[in-house]
Amino acid sequence: MKWNPLVAGAALVLSTFAVHAQDALKIAVIAPFSGPFADYGRQIEGGMRAWLQQHGDVIAGRKVVLVSKDTTGPAPEVAKRLAQEAVVRDKVDFLAGFGLTPEALAVAPVATQAKKPMIVMNAASSIVTAKSPYIARVSMTLPQVSAPMGTWAAKNGIRRVFTLVADYAPGHDSEAAFKTTFTAGGGQVIEAVRTPLKNPEFSPFVQRIKDAKPDAVFVFLPAGEQGIAFMKSFQERGLAKAGIRVIATGDLTDDHVLPAMGDAAVGMITTFHYSAAHDSPENRAFLDAYRKATGDQGQPNFMAVGGWDGMAAIAEVVKRLGGQVDGDRAMTVLKGLKLASPRGAITIDPETRDVVQTVYVRRVEKVGGQYRNVEFDRFPDQRDPGR
Amino acid sequence: MIANLAGVLFDGIACGALLFLVSVGLSVTLGLMNFVNLAHGAFAMLGGYVCVVSMTQLGVPFLAALPVAFVVTAVAGVALERTLYRRLYGASHLDQVLFSIGLVFMAIAAATWLWGPNQQPVQLPGFLQGQVNFAGVDLGIYRLFLIAVVVVITVALQWLIEATRFGAQLRASVDNAQASAGLGIHVDRIFALTFALGSGLAGLGGALGIDVLGLDPGFPLKTMVYFLLVVAVGGAGSLRGPLVAALVLGVFDVAGKYYLPEVGAFVIYALMIVLLVAFPAGLFGARR
Repeated sequence: MKWNPLVAGAALVLSTFAVHAQDALKIAVIAPFSGPFADYGRQIEGGMRAWLQQHGDVIAGRKVVLVSKDTTGPAPEVAKRLAQEAVVRDKVDFLAGFGLTPEALAVAPVATQAKKPMIVMNAASSIVTAKSPYIARVSMTLPQVSAPMGTWAAKNGIRRVFTLVADYAPGHDSEAAFKTTFTAGGGQVIEAVRTPLKNPEFSPFVQRIKDAKPDAVFVFLPAGEQGIAFMKSFQERGLAKAGIRVIATGDLTDDHVLPAMGDAAVGMITTFHYSAAHDSPENRAFLDAYRKATGDQGQPNFMAVGGWDGMAAIAEVVKRLGGQVDGDRAMTVLKGLKLASPRGAITIDPETRDVVQTVYVRRVEKVGGQYRNVEFDRFPDQRDPGR
Repeated sequence: MIANLAGVLFDGIACGALLFLVSVGLSVTLGLMNFVNLAHGAFAMLGGYVCVVSMTQLGVPFLAALPVAFVVTAVAGVALERTLYRRLYGASHLDQVLFSIGLVFMAIAAATWLWGPNQQPVQLPGFLQGQVNFAGVDLGIYRLFLIAVVVVITVALQWLIEATRFGAQLRASVDNAQASAGLGIHVDRIFALTFALGSGLAGLGGALGIDVLGLDPGFPLKTMVYFLLVVAVGGAGSLRGPLVAALVLGVFDVAGKYYLPEVGAFVIYALMIVLLVAFPAGLFGARR
């Protein structure tokens, strides 16, 4: 068969045009999907898919494709390689995800070099956004949620506090931020303990707290199994009966693990930016969409909200740029961006590209047979106090 | 500080008891059968999941779930021994390590697929929770229970290996399989039974350990360090070695974390180095 060159040429032009019009909007989701932090990736990706389910997956004429990349746990070198792969081979438009600080830090230079906007949906050390001009964070920082706890505790009759934090950068951030506001309010930190990240058992530390007889213990541990293990020892050794209260960042009573803690958690006071019990139409829409998008994956938590808001930010950028994503122009849109998040209104600070939001004080209560973080006080417009 | 010493000592012994429980099965397979079974933690994890599933889904009480965990893991152990492990009895230790570590990764993937990556909720029955006060020291009831289980298991194993016909046949088969077979001992069957015993003990240790250690698919890797520590320091091939090693490591671990929280988590590793330098073959030496 002989080809008519004119027809072939027209077909070629047509097909390239067609491909161009449907050019997918690719977003790399770099997070742990297996290993001890597998839940982080599932929550973040679930939140993103929930957003797409609710709002449709075509933005400014481009169909959204999520390219999930499994870092397998705290593995900065793997995260960096996956980011390079995403940029060079998959030709993604956005780098997103980032459950853990070390992984976000490792990818930062890739974002700078490739001029790809990098949306941080969880990693919560202060320093993250300073590592590349292409990073914007929609989640939170640990000092941001720890500092209000210090202020609240000092105002509410807690004088002597023992602090216990996980021994890595976010833990150190949290300990310092709490101490600053708590001592400024007249409180005293009687002892500070840092526990190793891979710590299966807390009883010696908890016994030390019991013997020190503080008014309360301030706790930061990464959300998940560590919190459960801590509360187990806390309950077994009867610290509540000895009159020692737990005050913590919301990581400890994360909505996803709260059912596994049971009655031990009731009455605990935490400060955090999101609770599944938050009463707003945005949050109800989010919870509904998450359930539809993920089936029976369980309760969404703050990481899923990070995924949802990150996806909303990306959509806004793509819309305003008319589908033509370019790193520098994307960052101009992101700076000062305001979103109606399930947690309440949030803003991306134009200076630091970090999130500004309300931090809530919550108490764990049993509502209708379910354990909930019920919000009862708030600190509006919190920035990261680390900067 | 001295006033707390009794409490710390008790917690340390309880911690050691737990270490011994998760390691004793390995001491059987590695020590008696000379098989480097790094998949020991996978059997322990299976025991843990069996325990959790029977409690939460079948409504079996905790104490009854423990023998179930032992039996199911022992059966799984025999099945794997008949199909896979026996092919590697004569192989080099490196082959055994590679094979069993592969098994660990498969077990982790299977557990993630079956039960998801999350922590499983473990609820002890009320009578095992809380503390009792004895002579001014608060003792955890579950910890007392763990210590009691260790005493029972140690006595039972000692009796089984030293005083029964099965034990004698086992020791003979390990020392010289060919001669034993020539004397009419079913070496094959003895090894299968011993492997079942080791796996069952692993499963029991896992079921008892989940309340303290937690249970998720990463369990075999998280506990590997502990049981290798105990068997290496104690010396494979005896019961006494791992028992003493587990108690020493447990007491030092708890005391380190209590008195020197800044460096506490490193104490047992430092202790391991010191002990291995002083006793390269383990506290009580290896059988061979």
